[in-house]
Amino acid sequence: MNTLKYQSQSVAKPYFTFALILFVGQIIFGLIMGLQYVVGDFLAGAIPFNVARMVHTNLLIVWLLFGFMGAAYYLIPEEAETELYSPKLAMILFWVFAAAGTLTVLGYLLVPYSTLAHITGNEYFPTMGREFLEMPTITKGGVVVVALGFLFNVGMTILRGRKTVINLVMITGLIGLAVFFLFSFYNPSNLALDKLFWWWVVHLWVEGVWELIMGAMLAFILVKVTGVDREVIEKWLYVIIAMALISGILGTGHHFYWLSTPEYWQWIGSIFSAIEPLPFFAMMLYAFNMVNRRRREHPNKAAVLWALGCAVMAFLGAGVWGFLHTLSPVNYYTHGTQITAAHGHMAFYGAYAMIVLTMISYAMPKLRGIGEASTNKAQVLEMWGFWLMTVAMVFITLFLTGAGILQVWLQRLPETGQAMSFMETQDKVAIFYWMREVSGVIFMIGLVVYLLNFCIDRKKAASS
Amino acid sequence: MSETFTKSMARNIYYGGSLFFLLIFLGLTMHTTREMPKTDHRENITPSVVRGKALWEENNCVGCHTLIGEGAYFAPELGNVFYRRGGGDSAAFRGFLNGWMAAQPLNVPGRRQMPQFHLTEQQVNDLADFLEWTAKIEVNQWPPNIEG
Repeated sequence: MNTLKYQSQSVAKPYFTFALILFVGQIIFGLIMGLQYVVGDFLAGAIPFNVARMVHTNLLIVWLLFGFMGAAYYLIPEEAETELYSPKLAMILFWVFAAAGTLTVLGYLLVPYSTLAHITGNEYFPTMGREFLEMPTITKGGVVVVALGFLFNVGMTILRGRKTVINLVMITGLIGLAVFFLFSFYNPSNLALDKLFWWWVVHLWVEGVWELIMGAMLAFILVKVTGVDREVIEKWLYVIIAMALISGILGTGHHFYWLSTPEYWQWIGSIFSAIEPLPFFAMMLYAFNMVNRRRREHPNKAAVLWALGCAVMAFLGAGVWGFLHTLSPVNYYTHGTQITAAHGHMAFYGAYAMIVLTMISYAMPKLRGIGEASTNKAQVLEMWGFWLMTVAMVFITLFLTGAGILQVWLQRLPETGQAMSFMETQDKVAIFYWMREVSGVIFMIGLVVYLLNFCIDRKKAASS
Repeated sequence: MSETFTKSMARNIYYGGSLFFLLIFLGLTMHTTREMPKTDHRENITPSVVRGKALWEENNCVGCHTLIGEGAYFAPELGNVFYRRGGGDSAAFRGFLNGWMAAQPLNVPGRRQMPQFHLTEQQVNDLADFLEWTAKIEVNQWPPNIEG
């Protein structure tokens, strides 16, 4: 059964499949790191913590990028009401990106990082060794090439077809993503300047342009599953992304508190980042509102669950947990503690992992030729995956928050002389790390259950 | 939302608001980069500080440690380690760091392990100079105490 509106949308499928494979890798390395937090010498020779962490965070970024690209290839032709400009280019770029990503991760795992830096000529154009931007310069170049080809492809599709608000917001977000990535090539020898512009990639991605991508994806799903008038959904989309950028751009200031920067950032950062939860709150209201006002019962219940869950978890993780430590006087004590880790986990899962999983949930049955939705049995399994992963992530966040509060209490609040050292503090909070690791195992089980849902309809998909 | 608030109004707020705040952000960033020489003490960035930063990056130190609060939360903050372990004295800190780096991994069962990076004495000295320069950047009195 052919269930795609435009045949070229099918290029999204390998992107989503590869994204899920990398997601599994991300969680495996997360579990290794989680264990190293409490059993410090676990695999210390084979996979030192810094390697595991680099693999964990880089896989996250790359699988989300695969997810965003897959989502773009799926939704942009449908919104533009035309075939993709070049499905062939999309497939070539898929293999280029997949090969570059795989080689980079193998490089991390097989040779010491300094050797990788040497092999890839980092001394001639040093960009490596900065958090989240660890990939070799040559890989960064590859990302730029892939991004340009991708933007050309979807850009031409939009130009040829209907220009909906969803498509324009999506392409703005994707162009922004590519533009801000260019700052990863700027690595001055002055650490203070390096950090200042490092945030132009990191912050302006996740608290800026990625929110446009997320908003567009969520709006697309809501149009599809609720049947609510597009005009209403697009108005909300504008309001949400307006709030996101108005708060998020100057909200970058919350990273400039402790960075040889003028004091006005303490005020600007605090005020604007205090507004940053608003777009997420609005997103939650809007998702529930649209689903309540739905004009049709979409058979894909799992996709609706993901969409609502995403809105809630993004608000909690990015909004609430972000606000928790964003005010300058609070951040003075929490900066660089487990509180940051807690926020990072729930925000990335809630906002970005879940929006990609929402899109996959909606699109996969169509891409696989199953129909509007998977069978009931497969959806039940998928929803089990949803609940196991989401509840596990809530607990991971709570345990890391517990560890963080104690860490602040023991290590940061007392005066010099009274304060406990970092390593001593880590021993004191070990119980939280153990519970986090148990939650991580449950997350992994949830992921396996989630993936099994794709096996249930295999026969149906194969016969299509 | 009521009918008086139209989609085109929402769109204008989005475009106008984003552009307005982006321009403010650009302006403030420009002002900040002009002010920074007063507090980052870039005049003290010697060739050995530059080499030290490259070593810091090429060994992915930030994969375990934080540096002025950013990085991984697995190992101690190193933005002020020059004061914590070197007492604010260059020679003492170089001595400490050479001894510390040579002793890795400590191989204490169950303890978090720092790898052996096989750095030469010259390289460790460069790293020490980089960490000393970093410790002297004025970052609004952070961290709250010596433990980082």
